[in-house]
Amino acid sequence: MNRYRLRTFALELLMIGAALLFFFPVYVLVNLSLKKPGDQSSPLAPVTDPTLENYGGAWVRGGLAGALANSAAVTVCSVVLIVLVSALAAYPLARATRAWSRVTFYVFMIGLLLPMQLAMIPLYTTMRDLGLLGSVWALVVYYAGLQVPFSVFLYVAFLRAVPLEYEEAAAIDGAGPFGTFVRVVFPLLRPITGTVVILNVLHVWNDFLTPLLYLAGSDQQTLPVSLFGFVGQYVSQWNLVFAGLVISIAPILLVYFAMQRSIIKGFASGLKG
Amino acid sequence: MVRNAVTPAVEAAAPAEGAGPGRTRQVRRRPSHARRAPWFFVVPAALFYAFIVLWPSLQGARYAFTNWDGLSRASEFVGVDQFVRLFDDPAATGAIWHTLLIAAGVTIIQNLIGLLLALGVHTRIKSRNVLRVLLFAPAIITPVATGYLWQYLLAPDGAVNGLLELVGLGAWRQNWLGDPAIALWCIVGVVVWQFAGYSMVIFLAGLQGVPEAVLEASTIDGAGRFRRFWHIIRPELAPAITINLMLSIIGGLKLFDQVWVMTQGGPGNATDTMSTLIYKNAFQFNDFGYGVAMALVLTLFVAVLSGAQYKALGRQKGAS
Repeated sequence: MNRYRLRTFALELLMIGAALLFFFPVYVLVNLSLKKPGDQSSPLAPVTDPTLENYGGAWVRGGLAGALANSAAVTVCSVVLIVLVSALAAYPLARATRAWSRVTFYVFMIGLLLPMQLAMIPLYTTMRDLGLLGSVWALVVYYAGLQVPFSVFLYVAFLRAVPLEYEEAAAIDGAGPFGTFVRVVFPLLRPITGTVVILNVLHVWNDFLTPLLYLAGSDQQTLPVSLFGFVGQYVSQWNLVFAGLVISIAPILLVYFAMQRSIIKGFASGLKG
Repeated sequence: MVRNAVTPAVEAAAPAEGAGPGRTRQVRRRPSHARRAPWFFVVPAALFYAFIVLWPSLQGARYAFTNWDGLSRASEFVGVDQFVRLFDDPAATGAIWHTLLIAAGVTIIQNLIGLLLALGVHTRIKSRNVLRVLLFAPAIITPVATGYLWQYLLAPDGAVNGLLELVGLGAWRQNWLGDPAIALWCIVGVVVWQFAGYSMVIFLAGLQGVPEAVLEASTIDGAGRFRRFWHIIRPELAPAITINLMLSIIGGLKLFDQVWVMTQGGPGNATDTMSTLIYKNAFQFNDFGYGVAMALVLTLFVAVLSGAQYKALGRQKGAS
């Protein structure tokens, strides 16, 4: 059972075949983005005369540089905020055993059952009345509120499994509640913080509907929204569009491939139940 | 799991409250750590949550019973008129039906493929680490980008038809996204393509817990492939299955990005989901009250299904 046999080899071939089928769209994507605009060959035929002019065109005409910067700023600020407020809230929610903390925890958990579509419309009018539409900072506040329930849930579940001894030792050493949190509790939460960061980065970076609403008509765009506008404008120039797609997915894919081991581990260990 | 190890200690401490000082360590410990974690640490998170989720959701639930236009604060109470309208409106009932089909289709197909991939990768094959990384990769790409990619691949002169031609199946060529009968299933296919690796990774984490020795013993005892899976692997995978079902059902019910990018709900209304119709009604037709009423129906679906899943998960954890 533990040796590499003919059957294992057959399975290996089968799995590689499946992976190739999975990557067929990516091949077409990259292949087409390297072809000259007038190239009439089949999209499946490998590029014979690769060019980077589509990339230059997409970069300039799609305004992708500004969108990349905005997306990065929104993602970093939102995720830092989410981690800070969720970990801070999880500390008393996991440790205190009084009725208020249980009730508060359940109120947060209601947020897991509410799809954002319900709050979306009233919140949009509130943001509009406050004059916050068109600003990426409204998005940061939005993600902080939206992602708190899930992040608190992960932190509380994790912290409940951490023994109290470390915090007690800190208390005996005379640390105050805030010092205990910063120096003892937060470092203990490191593994689950990894999961919280990964899941939230993915959500914020890739989110489309909310920025589409909040940034409509403004010159500040995040990557998915500017991609949406860009494709709408150059809809028939697929070489250009595909170069834009490659540019927009390259940053997150590079981060993923560079850190794949910890990303997959953090992702799965927080979610497997 | 680990969480269970702690819960009894907390519960044991609770009845001891006020039972006299210093009887056990547990009793003395409680007041000290309750002081260490002050309640106001919850305040920042609670403020964000209340402003962004709780309060607007309550407003939404109220506006669903009005003819609110989104501009004026004043609106008239119209009772259940919006819901009566909704169930008389073929576009809305169609969208509900499409949403349920997508959620069911994605949940079943994505998890089956994800499970098969996980079982295939969790073997002795040499490429297992590379395959794991590659198969998960689509899940981290912006759905807007994958939507556009597939819109092109599925175009009448696109690469999918080209590929069919190439392997001699030219008769299967379709106008994939332009045909109302198949466009919805193409969207399901795209979502499955993107997130099968997501399910796979969660299943893989569950498979780590399957005891290798028991598997070998059962093989020696002559248990077949399927019996091994059903009696040894499946129970160990139960939490991963629940999480995967929950994520894909909720994701399917809320689906917006891929639909909006690929078809905008078309052709006609053939691929409208609840999310795209909510968006259209509120932000294109300025019918905010109607949009909010639809959102409330969607909320009921999501809340009931995820509540049921959460309960099932709790039961498994209690049992294990």
